[in-house]
Amino acid sequence: MKLEIIVAVLVVLFTAQFLYVSSTTDAAFGGADGEAEGVIQDIAPDYDPIANPVWEPPSGEIESLLFGFQAAIGALIIGFFMGYYKGKGKKQSND
Amino acid sequence: MHIMEGFLPTPWWQLWFAISIPVIMFGIYKLNKMVEYKREILPLLAVAGAFIFVLSSLKLPSVTGSCSHPTGTGLGAILFGPAVTAVLSTIVLLYQAIFLAHGGLTTLGANVFAMGIIGPLVGYAIYKAGMKFNFNAYAVVFLAATFADWATYVATASQLSLAFPAETGGILGSFKAFAGIFAVTQVPLAIMEGAVTTLIFKYIVQLKSEALIKLNAISKEGVRKLKGVTA
Repeated sequence: MKLEIIVAVLVVLFTAQFLYVSSTTDAAFGGADGEAEGVIQDIAPDYDPIANPVWEPPSGEIESLLFGFQAAIGALIIGFFMGYYKGKGKKQSND
Repeated sequence: MHIMEGFLPTPWWQLWFAISIPVIMFGIYKLNKMVEYKREILPLLAVAGAFIFVLSSLKLPSVTGSCSHPTGTGLGAILFGPAVTAVLSTIVLLYQAIFLAHGGLTTLGANVFAMGIIGPLVGYAIYKAGMKFNFNAYAVVFLAATFADWATYVATASQLSLAFPAETGGILGSFKAFAGIFAVTQVPLAIMEGAVTTLIFKYIVQLKSEALIKLNAISKEGVRKLKGVTA
């Protein structure tokens, strides 16, 4: 249980950090990659991207949907196999 | 956060492909071997891949007032080594490049290098060294996963500064700017990733330690020690 408590404390600290930064600054919390794009434009204003994304999510909502979908697939697989191991382990100790 | 589509000029994007492709090929070769001889660890492989899926989908806010996401590659590196993790990362990076306009196809080689090779390599080295010196396994996993995450973003910053040297200050000048965005933002996220990875590692030890022994990720002695100590 000790490890779980340490992780829980870290999560709380992380949340506190976010609440503090978001309430004391007017940070936009945009993506770090967007900021890097800004730096590139400062360094090389004439740079023209050599390619464009094959497809772009039409809105922020659709983008969140697809990111959520990605997380869901991952979580499903982790849950399935950890449950499988757990069930298998129980069966062996019962036999 | 990966390098955006089109944001690496020639010859850089080709160079990173040239470096990454052999590693991916070696990873696929190792995967095939594993499928042939160690079928029973395949569920664990799925878990490691899925862990990358989950963690790299979570964009988290950081102290810098911008968002970035963890990588989730530390777990794969610890269990299967860097080459196999490179293959798993490539799948995730392809998904994000095609469906999310996050990262890109021309920058795929560079992003695989940062997330799938450098990060896992750093994590793997820390893990192996820490276990060799018999440090507490959970502390070692935490450090390995944290630095695997962080090293990825240092690599990304380096790749961008090589391709875009600043007019004053050159590559080093750009690196300061890019590292300020990627590496600093990533510090709290890397710590979170380390913590979560340690937790899932603990559950794998509890549920399926035989698989870890089979993968040479931990010794029998090490498992006994972890299970004896209540953590």
